[in-house]
Amino acid sequence: MQAVIELENLVVRLGGRTILDSLNTSVKGRAIGLLGPNGSGKSTLINTLLGFYEPDGGTARIFGRDIRTHAKQLRSLIGYMPESDSFIAEMTGIRFVRYMAELSGLPPDEAMERAHEAFFYVGLGEQRYRKVGTYSLGMKQMVKLAQAIVHGPKLLFLDEPTNGLDPPGRLRMLNLIREIRDTFGMHIILSSHLLRDVEECCEEVLILKDGRIADYCNLEEERRANRKFIEIETYNGNDGFTKAVESLGCECAWLKNGRAKLVLPPSLEMRELYGAAARHAVQIRKMNFRRDSLEDIFLRAMESTNGVNGTAEKAGQAHGRL
Amino acid sequence: MAVYKRAYRPYEGVYTPLRWRFMVIPRFAWSSLFESRVVLGFYFGAFIPALLAAAFIYIVNSPTAQAFLSLQGATFLQVNNLFFMKYLVVQAFFCFLFAALIGPGLMSVDFANDALPLFLSRPISRAEYLLGKFTVIAAILSTITWVPAILLFLLQASLAGFNWFANNLWIAGSILLGSVIWIVVLTLLVLALSAWVRWKVAATALTIVVFFVIPGFGEAINEVLRTYWGKLLNLSYLIGLVWTHLFDGPLTDPQAGTIHPRFIDLPLWTACLMLTFVVALSIWMLHKKLKPREVVR
Repeated sequence: MQAVIELENLVVRLGGRTILDSLNTSVKGRAIGLLGPNGSGKSTLINTLLGFYEPDGGTARIFGRDIRTHAKQLRSLIGYMPESDSFIAEMTGIRFVRYMAELSGLPPDEAMERAHEAFFYVGLGEQRYRKVGTYSLGMKQMVKLAQAIVHGPKLLFLDEPTNGLDPPGRLRMLNLIREIRDTFGMHIILSSHLLRDVEECCEEVLILKDGRIADYCNLEEERRANRKFIEIETYNGNDGFTKAVESLGCECAWLKNGRAKLVLPPSLEMRELYGAAARHAVQIRKMNFRRDSLEDIFLRAMESTNGVNGTAEKAGQAHGRL
Repeated sequence: MAVYKRAYRPYEGVYTPLRWRFMVIPRFAWSSLFESRVVLGFYFGAFIPALLAAAFIYIVNSPTAQAFLSLQGATFLQVNNLFFMKYLVVQAFFCFLFAALIGPGLMSVDFANDALPLFLSRPISRAEYLLGKFTVIAAILSTITWVPAILLFLLQASLAGFNWFANNLWIAGSILLGSVIWIVVLTLLVLALSAWVRWKVAATALTIVVFFVIPGFGEAINEVLRTYWGKLLNLSYLIGLVWTHLFDGPLTDPQAGTIHPRFIDLPLWTACLMLTFVVALSIWMLHKKLKPREVVR
């Protein structure tokens, strides 16, 4: 599978400060979350990939093409939804999106047709003849999404797409992002402070800290790996059940009050575990998969570069918006 | 099929050529501009001098018309270099009005709500964006300056004959060069002011300041210091001086300087240097401001 983005020793300095420091990675997923605390370099990375900032060292490639030598061709393939307000207030919504489509290279008739489609797709069909300046914050976010997808890009940069949205608006935005990812074959780079947004939409996560890559992981693989560890609470647990479980290839450690921790072999189906319990008249009353949330992964990444051990207190503080 | 029944789908059609992509910007700008009745009124008003000039050319070349109007032998009935220069001076005023009317809004609307990243994240470079905005004003100003002036020149040539055309071909060159200089200076200056202040009203006010208040300041310098270098601050005067040289027009009488130095014309090279400086300054201002993202130091 071709890499979507490849970074080789990418260095970007702005205002005399090194913002991105020797980034090396190859990103291949369909939806990649870009995480990091404020000032970690997320927006700078997006802006550099869009060609807004010139790299001071190293290279960056999108779909195998160098961003410096193929800037225009790449921009034809990219859709960008900026974080801040970004629109032409005096234009009607439909005219604004059509304008952006034509700038991306669509012929006028096609641009008009697709601007309508994009408007209906993001749920603003009935508002398309209003001036963008009169839209609510949530509507402006949707217009930004419409202009980003109107030309059918192959790669979509979404910078804080749920900023300022109310809960229903946020859900609608996340649903749209997932649908775009799954239905239209676009690759998505989602930059957000909201871990839940990234967790709900992305398969892979690139975590930045102080301009460096703190972690890059595949969320699905992390989840799969975590499925091997379970904790059960039983009633009437006995040696027969323990032996039966061990015969299935599990490692078993009993705790107090009928609780046990199990390490499962990769091939084990859960129904075999239930079968063993039934045969030995053991009730499994509770079963917890140990699952690293994105929050755990994020905190681990932040601490690994700090050399600081994580605490439950810090995890609690980090819940939600970082 | 009704548009609301159609679903969004990936685009698989053809793309317009990259080379001419910047023309999308003027096309949208023109269609927005000419929705305004004020702009439309000004635009058509700018052609009235051309119609009057065409009528004048006809009268000059038609003994019947002269007899009908009892103008035989009138000394002012001449179509020469000064005629075209005066025509351009009138049109220069319309140019200024147009530039002050439409120029400030061209860039400031994109800056006001930070739309520049949306333009520049598409296959449009900063230079092409600027070229697009430049084309919006330059094309309109062209249609009211050198285009009708050249048509008038051709009308005169067709009525006066080939000899007149051959002897006065240099006037066509002066029309073209003089107009282009004015259009470039005016357009870049207005765009730079628009980009710099990012607010339409303020940009319009600043344009008026540059063309009316600063020349007044220059005149004050002339009066106080009994010099004529204050004229360097008067862009209208500078372009007029260049045109006077281009059209071989009358310069001030050197004796006038004995009354007050401000009656003396500046040397041509100073005017050229100042206009070049204004163009360079405008480009520098645009270069500084035309960035998708500001870097805070």
